[in-house]
Amino acid sequence: MPEAAIEIENLTKEYPFGFLNLKKKTSLDGLNMQVETGEVFGFIGPNGAGKSTTIKLLMRLIFPTAGGARILGKPIRDVSMHRDIGYLPEQPYFYDYLTAAELLGYFARFHRLTAADRKERVQRMLKKVGLETAGKIQLRKYSKGMLQRVGLAQAVLHDPRVVILDEPMSGLDPLGRREVRDIILDLKRDGRTIMFSTHILSDAEMLCDRVGVIVGGKLRGVGAPGQIVDMKTQGMEILFELSGAGNAPFLSQATRTGERYRLHVAEEELYAAIDQLRAAGARILSVSQVKATLEEFFMHLVAADRAQATSVEVSGK
Amino acid sequence: MTCLGIVALNTFREAVRDRVLYNLLFFALLMIAAAILVGQISIGIEHIVIVSLGLTSISIIGILISIFIGVSLVYKEMEKRTLYALLAKPVRRWEFLLGKFGGLVLTVVVNTAAMALGLFLALLYVKHSLDRGDLAVLVAVYFILLKLALLVALALLFSCYTTPILATLFTSGIYVVGLFVQQMKNMPEDLMGPAMAAFTRRLAYLLPNFDNYDVMGPAAHGQAIPGILILENTLYTVVYCAIVLSAAAVVFSRRDLK
Amino acid sequence: MKPRSSIATLLLLVLPLGFAGIWPLQHRIDAQRAALGVERDDIPLRSAALVKAISLEYAPFVADVYWTRVVQYYGSKRIRGETNFQLLWPLLDITTTLDSQLVIAYRFGGVFLSQPPPWGAGRPDLAVRLIERGIRDNPRYWRLYEDLGFVYYFDLKDYPKASQAFLKGSKVPGAEIWMEVMAAKIAAQGESCDTSFFLWRDIYNTTANPTIKENAFDHLKQLLLRPDCKQFAAAILRNPPRENK
Repeated sequence: MPEAAIEIENLTKEYPFGFLNLKKKTSLDGLNMQVETGEVFGFIGPNGAGKSTTIKLLMRLIFPTAGGARILGKPIRDVSMHRDIGYLPEQPYFYDYLTAAELLGYFARFHRLTAADRKERVQRMLKKVGLETAGKIQLRKYSKGMLQRVGLAQAVLHDPRVVILDEPMSGLDPLGRREVRDIILDLKRDGRTIMFSTHILSDAEMLCDRVGVIVGGKLRGVGAPGQIVDMKTQGMEILFELSGAGNAPFLSQATRTGERYRLHVAEEELYAAIDQLRAAGARILSVSQVKATLEEFFMHLVAADRAQATSVEVSGK
Repeated sequence: MTCLGIVALNTFREAVRDRVLYNLLFFALLMIAAAILVGQISIGIEHIVIVSLGLTSISIIGILISIFIGVSLVYKEMEKRTLYALLAKPVRRWEFLLGKFGGLVLTVVVNTAAMALGLFLALLYVKHSLDRGDLAVLVAVYFILLKLALLVALALLFSCYTTPILATLFTSGIYVVGLFVQQMKNMPEDLMGPAMAAFTRRLAYLLPNFDNYDVMGPAAHGQAIPGILILENTLYTVVYCAIVLSAAAVVFSRRDLK
Repeated sequence: MKPRSSIATLLLLVLPLGFAGIWPLQHRIDAQRAALGVERDDIPLRSAALVKAISLEYAPFVADVYWTRVVQYYGSKRIRGETNFQLLWPLLDITTTLDSQLVIAYRFGGVFLSQPPPWGAGRPDLAVRLIERGIRDNPRYWRLYEDLGFVYYFDLKDYPKASQAFLKGSKVPGAEIWMEVMAAKIAAQGESCDTSFFLWRDIYNTTANPTIKENAFDHLKQLLLRPDCKQFAAAILRNPPRENK
């Protein structure tokens, strides 16, 4: 069984505030989580949930109030471990007086690569992220999307075993996002471990082997995207047409747009509903499974967290 | 090259690209004007005037660079978050800090050396030759460099935990107090009581003494400066910088970035 | 394009016209202020110690600035024909406090503080005070003893003290031999035409400062025209002395 690439144990972060800093705001509350070697792990949550806090704690940009973590078996305070990690900050900002090539060359020096190796990698990375023609332009002239690409390039320049990306799709157009997704999949094919935080749930669903959902500083669920949404009850959706008033008990539950109706029923009630509708003269257009999406589960959690509910009520919608 | 050296060279590159060294143009013009005009207004003391004007300008320009750039060295990286990607590399926080220090000191050394060259050229123009007495001018320039290194260290320390405006005030404040440390040591007891006078005297020894570096008078009048003073001042600067930079490293290594 | 060209037109008109107007305006303001008799010469800070404190570590440079002011102050007073040199002492006091090794300031003060108007401030006591301070801070500069002796001889007419000053100065390494001779001559004879002539001539020959040089020349001329020095003057004109090198 391969050792987990990232192991987080009871990681907690409290920020003091108020008069004499006596009050404390808990940004992260006892996070326990593991990212397996070679997997793509998505870390999803709303703004202020604790995603960036977790990542900053891992990168030692901030320090934990309690708990700890290990990356590739080494504690996070071991700086030498950074040789095997690549990191893309959220909304990255780099030295604007440097060109992209100079920035990558500068960062490459910290990884003790030879001059020839540095030069080759820089060129290769610029090409990989689509910046080979813009390599000699100063970063102050770069758009947000271009900066994101440079950020990605510097994160993977030294072939790290673990790549941690904070909102990698942010600021990118659909083409850019597709390119980032391809890069992530490339990295996965090379056997790297990738952990990234995102708001874009469809990307998480598409790319991730597993996701972790964090809301209000607490982890609410970890598992494959499909497993998480399985927590919610699925149902069936019937699309039908009906002209004129019909007489069927289920009709009252349907939503109407002109002559078309959409009805959601529990799986076990499907055939009874169809019979009723046919008897009422409805023309059945389609029957499909209602898969609760990650988004719905997520939104539900956020709403529940805001309402400070202790248990999560799962609805069929 | 060590991580420290990599950061230092990049800091130097930043200063150059920020056009810091353009101040040399202003200094060059000043020296040229002085060399040409000094004969008309200070006959008989041309050497004294060129040396004091030159050393004053070198000192003031150096102080402005050291303080104004020094106070935002670390602050700017934290605010703009350029530090995030850097600290993800295998570089320790104290290496980053010392690298910043080294880079700005290198900038100041290059700048000061260029100005010193300009000063000696102006002297040569006015006197038509240089003599042993002008060695004192070189020592005065070296002492200015030592002073600037200490100012950079102080500015860096304040840059680690406060805004540039406050850091500028603190650094300038310590610099001015540091020039009056001698008077503090000689504070008369009848003015403030024996206990207070004793406390002030002890404090005076602990505060950085910028008066140590003041040899403009002897340099202007061609007086030799003892070698032992050069050695002692160098040691004093090294030790004091080590104290200040250690404090900065401690503050910075425990600081949560935003 | 219209807004840009109108801004350019505005600048092309306003800038030259504006400065053309400012130039004569300033001249008129200067004339008005001169007529008002606004004292252009004043020192906001009289305390030498305070000025030194404010100068931080740049005292030698500030001393040079004050020295320039001394020369300008004296020169402009002479040009305007004014005989009130009341700021000369404070300016010299500050200059020499800021840079105690600026010997030229002591020498200048020695000459122009002591001499009576219209040449100077007529304060030989302050001149003595200044020179003695200069001697204390520059003990190896024997010419300051010459200047001290000068003030005692010409302005205070205190020949024993003048002789003492020349004698002390003669003992400083590097002093010229005539200092000892002068000490003895003044002790024996007091004031004499040849002694006075010698001293003024030495000042004239050795100073690089044009103001002091001009002043020494004036005194030499006056000396040769004095009724009691007629014989001496005749002898000089028959055998003009060689220039001191």
